[in-house]
Amino acid sequence: GTWCPLNMSQQAVNGVSHRGKVLTLDSMNPNVKRVEYAVRGPIVQRAVQIEKELKEGVKKPFTEVIKANIGDAHAMGQKPITFLRQVLALCSYPELLEDNMFPEDAKKRARRILESCGGHSIGAYSASQGIECIRQDVARYIERRDGGIPSSPDNIYLSTGASDAIVTMLKLLVCGEGRSRTGVMISIPQYPLYSAALADLGAVQISYYLDEDKCWSLDVAELRRALNAARQHCNPRVLCIINPGNPTGQVQSRQCIEDVIRFAKEEHLFLMADEVYQDNVYAEGCKFHSFKKVLFEMGPEYSSTVEMASFHSTSKCYMGECGFRGGYMEVINMDPEVKAQLTKLVSVRLCPPVPGQALLDLVVNPPQPDEPSYTTFMKERTAVLAALAEKARLTEETFNTVPGITCNPVQGAMYTFPRITLPQKAIDKAKEEGQVPDMYYCMRLLEEEGICLVPGSGFGQREGTFHFRMTILPPTEKLKVVLQKIREFHLRFTQEFS
Amino acid sequence: MHRAQIKLCNELREISPHVKNMKQLEYVVLARRVSQIKEELRQGVRKPYKEVIDVSWGDPHRAGLKPLTFVRQVLSTCLYPELMNSNRLPADVRQRAQRLLGGCAGGSVGSYTATEGIPEIVHSVSEFITRRDGGVPSDPENIYISPGSQWALTNILNVLVNREASTRTGVLTPMPCHSATTLGIMGLGGVVVPYYLSEEQGWELQVEDLHQALESAKGVCNPVALYVINPGNPSGQVQSRKSMQEVIRFVSERRLFLLADEVYQDCIYGENSEFVSYKKVLTEMGPPLSDTVELASFHSASKGFMGECGLRGGYVELVNLDPAVLKYIKTLFSTDSCAPVLGQLALDLMMNPPQPGDPSYPLYDMETQHIRTTLVHNAKRAVSVLNSLQGFCCQPVEGGAFAFPRVYLPPKAIQKAKEVGMQPDTFYCIRLLEEAGLLFSAGCEYGQKEGTHHIRYNTTDEIKRYSKYSINKYHIKTVFSSGQIPAWLKISGQIQKDIKSNCAL
Repeated sequence: GTWCPLNMSQQAVNGVSHRGKVLTLDSMNPNVKRVEYAVRGPIVQRAVQIEKELKEGVKKPFTEVIKANIGDAHAMGQKPITFLRQVLALCSYPELLEDNMFPEDAKKRARRILESCGGHSIGAYSASQGIECIRQDVARYIERRDGGIPSSPDNIYLSTGASDAIVTMLKLLVCGEGRSRTGVMISIPQYPLYSAALADLGAVQISYYLDEDKCWSLDVAELRRALNAARQHCNPRVLCIINPGNPTGQVQSRQCIEDVIRFAKEEHLFLMADEVYQDNVYAEGCKFHSFKKVLFEMGPEYSSTVEMASFHSTSKCYMGECGFRGGYMEVINMDPEVKAQLTKLVSVRLCPPVPGQALLDLVVNPPQPDEPSYTTFMKERTAVLAALAEKARLTEETFNTVPGITCNPVQGAMYTFPRITLPQKAIDKAKEEGQVPDMYYCMRLLEEEGICLVPGSGFGQREGTFHFRMTILPPTEKLKVVLQKIREFHLRFTQEFS
Repeated sequence: MHRAQIKLCNELREISPHVKNMKQLEYVVLARRVSQIKEELRQGVRKPYKEVIDVSWGDPHRAGLKPLTFVRQVLSTCLYPELMNSNRLPADVRQRAQRLLGGCAGGSVGSYTATEGIPEIVHSVSEFITRRDGGVPSDPENIYISPGSQWALTNILNVLVNREASTRTGVLTPMPCHSATTLGIMGLGGVVVPYYLSEEQGWELQVEDLHQALESAKGVCNPVALYVINPGNPSGQVQSRKSMQEVIRFVSERRLFLLADEVYQDCIYGENSEFVSYKKVLTEMGPPLSDTVELASFHSASKGFMGECGLRGGYVELVNLDPAVLKYIKTLFSTDSCAPVLGQLALDLMMNPPQPGDPSYPLYDMETQHIRTTLVHNAKRAVSVLNSLQGFCCQPVEGGAFAFPRVYLPPKAIQKAKEVGMQPDTFYCIRLLEEAGLLFSAGCEYGQKEGTHHIRYNTTDEIKRYSKYSINKYHIKTVFSSGQIPAWLKISGQIQKDIKSNCAL
């Protein structure tokens, strides 16, 4: 806002100078310019445009755009779980508690949640850390999940989706200048929230490659390589891991998790374990192991020293309630002074959405075998997870029949990240168009078939390789059609550029 | 402890300096004591009161206001669409729910939405803005719905505050100002540049104070933005058109981005007060100002009649921004995915309430009239009671949700506070909590002129709750009336004179 002498010569109407804007590309925070988020990026914007065109009656080779770019189960037709919505409806309009349309166990939970809200309303602010009794329930859930390992509600922070908590932790941890700037390790490929947050914070991203040939598994030797290289130009302090993986879908073995924990301890790294897909495990022989459980089972040498945060949310698993923005993190072995700083940070957000908090409470407190809603709840939950498992298998199977597409097993999560072989001519054409090759490929697919995927370049991949991420969420019949169309497109595309 | 353990702990104390610079909230101290007292009461410990009455939050439902029936009926139907298949709920509720669900992917409020919000709702917001501003056009492309207005404000501040620059970025901020914003600025590595509102003139914003603030920033930081709150929080003043024009001219001359927090625009009590939006005033001033002043205005469903703070539904409208910058702002918002869907629906319901002739209208009208009457009455009553108490001086509350009375603390009290390591007004609040069971928030939380002390009191509180603690009010009176003032709180004759002359009674 200081007066620039260069503008003195500009005369103007009404004495106001016609100077340039205050907020320009030059004056704005340069870090924001580096932020990208492919999941909602240019290809999605084009998809939305095409949808508008379809609505306006423009003729296209397809009648709808299938948005297989984002992990949104309900958008793809998955039904909400009845019990969850019943309780939320009761919380929203408590007069319904008098209505015999709703079962007793739903009413009981609604009453308990309302009791914990200011003015008995989900419209009141909650404490910034989240409603206390819900944090207690989350802690108990974690204890049950992890075979009795204690969890304290004071270490639970409810958040606006897991993303909010992840960004908050990074905000807390990133500091230093130049060569001592905080370095954060994240997988390639990764969910681009991480790269976006690191760009925004001006942190140094330390990429470690998952091994595509070994089913996207994580090798500690690779972690070590990446870390040692990074030490030259930054101060590595954080290791982020997504398990089950996004976009890769791999479920880490217990041994691997132990190795990662050992590595984090040796190298003095804060561990961030993104576990939002913990219920989405499909493959035979694969099992979700929570980082916290493994940590504690490794004994006090680790469990009392390794500093960690694990993240979960209501957006995935069997609930798929993305629109509620419900989530939490549990912090482990955090220095009390650091916790005090964390408390300040979360207060700027005021509080996480209360309906999301209420939803989380139901997820950690589902109907029990002796309750009226149990049977229906379990039936719906099982159906959702079974459908996902089937779709995971179908997707892998189908893609692997296409010459030029290789697909690792979708062990968990909600995505497939197949590798595509692109003819050199196609790569050249992409360059001509000013696009990275897999973006060119995906754009062509969108324009020709109305299927919206996200190019692998949006997640990171080894130089010279190309991928795309597709969700496995469309209903099975539609998914079959989508897979077929991609198959046909790929063959056509390869033919065109042969 | 192993050497390795000590090293890790020490290293982790190396956290973001911006976060470390954020002030610890005074509220934390008070909240902790409230928990303890509540527990003591539960265990039957004798106190001069039966419950703690919390008048520190800006939270209408917590203060006893009821949610609007129409709003909650529609939300519950959207949550559980089975409710549409019966006549339990009025026809207009069912129709609205159907329309809103039509805008949700897969017909579910559990789906993500477009980054900027459900398109139909974003359009509703732009139409509302146009209606409110007497026809001034509003472009839906420049509107972003966010999890509460503070979230959008933080995003815009993130674009404005340049952490990499050699000179730190400053944001002119009113004193007093609610703490979420000041903390937000500091957390981003920005500098809060205070401009003091004129207490004796009803917390008026005077341009001289803006000039003074800029002066104070010289050599300290590079101010890029001016943040105004209208109606004020906690100040309660409603800006005059003339004052707003002065602000607009000021930001234009001094090349500042204008951030207008207008979340209390529906809470107007003063007979001679009227809310007019910054956008409207800017438009009325005509070109070149109307084409050049860069403005972000914020509103939400958290206040006013709705009071739906917990649903987290707010928005920002951006005016006259560089289109190239807008693209980056869009990407930034996209990393948040989207605002919670229930919050977005609440915004729509706020902007498109039942109309005369609709089945739900009579009840809606009755409920909103009741809320309006309550808010106006409570605000007036609060001011008159506070001004009747010795040691308090409260400016008129023209709008917003708070009274921010000045509390005159005698030197002995201030000394005692220093001894226990507390801010004087925090110390006062703790004592008030202990002795009267009343929780106010301390003025130091919001910023105030050196040597003055204030407390913030939420005037939304329902009348019946108010009379419930008239016993406590009496208690305050007895505690502070002459003859029974504790030694630490005796007010000198000089101060009493000062109070009389300063107070706008």
